[in-house]
Amino acid sequence: MSFDHALTRRALLLALSATTLEALQHSHKQVQAGSREFAYLSPGEAADLEALAAVIVPTDDTPGAKEAGVIFFVDRALSGFDQEKRGLYREGLAATRQKCRQMFPQSASIAALSPAQCRDLAESIEKTEFFEQLRTHTMIGFLAIPEWGGNRDKVGWKLIGFEDTGVFQPPFGYYDQAGEAK
Amino acid sequence: MSRAPFKPAEEVDFIVIGAGAAGGVMAKELAVAGLSVVVLEQGPYLRERDFKHDEFGVTFQPAMTNNIKRQPNTYRKTESEKAVLQQCIEYGRQVGGGSVHFTANYWRFHESDFRERSLFGPVAGASLADWPITYADLEPYYTKAEYDLGISGQGGSNPFDGPRSKPYPLPPMPVKSSGVLFERAARKLGLHPFPAPVAILSQPYRGRGACTHCGMCEAFGCEMRAKSSTMASVIPTALKTGNCDLRPESYVHKITTNGNGKVSGAIYFDRANQEVFQRAKAVAVCANGAETPRLLLMSASPEFPNGLANSSGMVGRNLMFDAGPIVSGLFEHPLNEFKSIQVTRVLHDFYASDPKRGFYGGGGLDARFDYYPISFALEGLPADIPRWGSTYKKALGEYFTHTMSMLAHGSCAPVESNSISLDPDVKDAWGLPALRVTFDPHPDDAKAAAFLRARMFELMDAAGAKKSWEGPSSLLPSRHLMGSCRMGANPKTSVVNAENRAHDVPNLYVVDGSSLVTAGRQQPTATIQALAYRATDRIVQG
Repeated sequence: MSFDHALTRRALLLALSATTLEALQHSHKQVQAGSREFAYLSPGEAADLEALAAVIVPTDDTPGAKEAGVIFFVDRALSGFDQEKRGLYREGLAATRQKCRQMFPQSASIAALSPAQCRDLAESIEKTEFFEQLRTHTMIGFLAIPEWGGNRDKVGWKLIGFEDTGVFQPPFGYYDQAGEAK
Repeated sequence: MSRAPFKPAEEVDFIVIGAGAAGGVMAKELAVAGLSVVVLEQGPYLRERDFKHDEFGVTFQPAMTNNIKRQPNTYRKTESEKAVLQQCIEYGRQVGGGSVHFTANYWRFHESDFRERSLFGPVAGASLADWPITYADLEPYYTKAEYDLGISGQGGSNPFDGPRSKPYPLPPMPVKSSGVLFERAARKLGLHPFPAPVAILSQPYRGRGACTHCGMCEAFGCEMRAKSSTMASVIPTALKTGNCDLRPESYVHKITTNGNGKVSGAIYFDRANQEVFQRAKAVAVCANGAETPRLLLMSASPEFPNGLANSSGMVGRNLMFDAGPIVSGLFEHPLNEFKSIQVTRVLHDFYASDPKRGFYGGGGLDARFDYYPISFALEGLPADIPRWGSTYKKALGEYFTHTMSMLAHGSCAPVESNSISLDPDVKDAWGLPALRVTFDPHPDDAKAAAFLRARMFELMDAAGAKKSWEGPSSLLPSRHLMGSCRMGANPKTSVVNAENRAHDVPNLYVVDGSSLVTAGRQQPTATIQALAYRATDRIVQG
């Protein structure tokens, strides 16, 4: 194979990436336009779970789990490939709501807690299987390719500094620059 | 003038079971030599267009590996226990097998690997044995594999390697920051790092394009055809001959015999779950170190009551696999290790057994980063970082681009009672007995792991890491399954002879990780493929 041919393959890959990106942006607009519609979760469940996910990856000067749309990944998981985890979520959320009523009797729901209160609540359940599962789903939703429903605008990847362009050239990092690599 | 596809009633020259690292090579070599070949692969035929940079889809959904929901395995520590459902076997399940999604490290075994029993002496509680062949016997076939498949590396750069008849066909891949830091640290400690030999094209080669450094090698299929899987390299050549009929989604459950001590074909479930009987003059089982012994045991018959090729009782025994700790380090400047291939530098100074250490074994170390965004967030950070909250979020932003790892490929001593057998109770989705794993690591494996862990922390310090920590690892079997149909000169203590032919059955070959007598220091693909080239060479030369 000639070098030209290799270049063609790279160009093709780049073109494909651009097409995929366009499709992604399109679907993202649709999701925003359709606002908060869930396949499995009720609006109340979604609001409480989203509040807990926002404790796992909080929103500060950069977007967190909420802006990434992690809750849409959780909804997709429970309505599809992780249906067997519905019981864990149902029981875990019920127990966490119970705990919330004990700790913060004046609050109407988990979603209505202040961020500091929500952190205290999460701390009280952080060793439970439910919280571990929610953490796993939150991080997958935060960092998986956006087609899975989360990582909107690739905010998860932007936070950690990951790019998926399909093509990179050396030097890749600081230590393999000319002059550094000896 | 294509002869393929063949009819099941037609007696073909060879059935190859499993289109992986070994099966792909066997199919190509036999077909090019003019023999008629039917390849039966249980997994699908995925190609470049099917591969996506989708970490969740690839690593959390079993797209390219065995699905334990349909093919469960059970595990027990010792033979006196009842095995329970526990996933521990993972293998590539598609045309190309594990060579499609592997990291593509491509080390040759050392000269010493073939005669460790003689060099080191007996090891209590282990079934350590010399191979019936030497490195010199296999060397021409390592070279053939490197040229046929497309391997990048720098010949002569590893002072512990055996002699080579030829350099690598392709120069090494560009070094990454992890490789620079690793090399610098190793030299400071008086060690001998070298550019990683990898089954990835550093330059265009035989109609395939060079690697574009996308970073998605381990666990992913390469959509650029730059990874030298058998799917991308030799299987297309096999199909072009017109002598090879590749049948994906064909799950063999029995190798048949003719009553005269020979095999006569194989029965498989096709994609519609219909049973098909393919006739053949000979069969090569290349189904991996777990499925190969399982299939031989499932093929028991009045003629072979203990399982096919199992008069020795060694089918399934001496199971070995890839074990070793991983150590990560944080550095001041960005490494951006998510770019390009996983491994660019390797170290074999601690590879050979050394009686002075007081245990059998050692290991190869490599500089790598085999985390992706999700796996890094879930298990890549040190234990002193909270698992959630604003400190966790901040650490993710700081660590992902500034972290590298070192992985130890530790020794795994063969133990006769560590085995693959048929579970008496649990069945797979086809109603066949599930794989049962019995595995209790030899105490020296843990000693080797501890020794290598200490060396990696020293290297991290010498590399200037701001901090270093150990990641999760296990001494239980998972990948790189080896030893379960061991090769040997004595039919009473081994399953196949020095040509990978079954001692008990003259027209049956077993060519994959299961024939390895020792596990080297893992990274067995080069040796598995060299054995496949050697076995077919002997078959074709007659």
